[in-house]
Amino acid sequence: MDVKTGLFYIFSALMLFAAYRVITARNPVHAALYLVFAFFQAAGLWLLLKAEFLGIALVLVYVGAVMVLFLFVVMMLDINLDSIRQGFWKNFPLATGIGAIIVLQMSAVLMGGFHISEEVKSANTTAPTTQALETVLQANNTKDLGVLLYTKYIYPLEIAAVILLVAIIAAIALTLRQRKDSKHTDPGDQVRIKSRDRLEVIKLTATQAFLADAPTAELASEEKKA
Amino acid sequence: MTVTLSHYLVLGAMLFALSIIGIFLNRKNIIVLLMAIELMLLAVNTNFVAFSQYLGDMHGQIFVFFILTVAAAESAIGLAILVLLFRNKSNINVDELDTLKG
Repeated sequence: MDVKTGLFYIFSALMLFAAYRVITARNPVHAALYLVFAFFQAAGLWLLLKAEFLGIALVLVYVGAVMVLFLFVVMMLDINLDSIRQGFWKNFPLATGIGAIIVLQMSAVLMGGFHISEEVKSANTTAPTTQALETVLQANNTKDLGVLLYTKYIYPLEIAAVILLVAIIAAIALTLRQRKDSKHTDPGDQVRIKSRDRLEVIKLTATQAFLADAPTAELASEEKKA
Repeated sequence: MTVTLSHYLVLGAMLFALSIIGIFLNRKNIIVLLMAIELMLLAVNTNFVAFSQYLGDMHGQIFVFFILTVAAAESAIGLAILVLLFRNKSNINVDELDTLKG
């Protein structure tokens, strides 16, 4: 049992424990923190699988962005724990039974067919020459992923970018709230306005009204109002 | 004893089953439901990465990349809907989300 196998078992055990705590934690904040822990263990497993870029992206994207979003929302909302926990263990026997069946069936299928180990793969190749050693040293997961992503998968990449844009717009549009009491001005109305909408020139016979005697002036102003 | 592909696949299966149990248990708590969905996606991603490494095919990791993108978008919109729900109903109890009468 080498170091890699030991690390695999440590990461797996901690990840399963964290996942168990996520689904049974009483406080949603604790659940979110255990989920962060589970993601860290998964990133470790992916590093063991030599997927460095995805392991680091998992930590950056999930732990750095998505989980912080989760924590923000959990802390913003005022959650009544008692009503949420009501009947929590009612479905536990059924759920555990179904989960056990899923694990047993999948294990029965997967244990048999996939005994591929990396030793078998490397045993097929001949002894490492200097050239082979150089290719191993130059193997770069990030570069390989980037080359594939920006050549063969360029259109899916752009679609993914559009999906992220849609997500931004949807999240903002859903949570945007128009406040009644704010001094809000519509920029469209401001641009569309003309000078004649703001300034109105009214013809007044002011000098004649002043020259005439007082009753007629009042009469004239009343006529103007009417 | 070395780690084979089936070790990773069984680990993914166990994680997936745990999240299914989580969805059964936390029927009233939307936040933990979303977290269980994230765990399911993590299990699937682990399977993809394991297959990609053991079969020597980089395309599996490309797929994981896109799953990560879509999962991030999904959780952002889900949490936005959650905030909207809390603003309108003042709680996030799943039992009271019957306005649509679906």
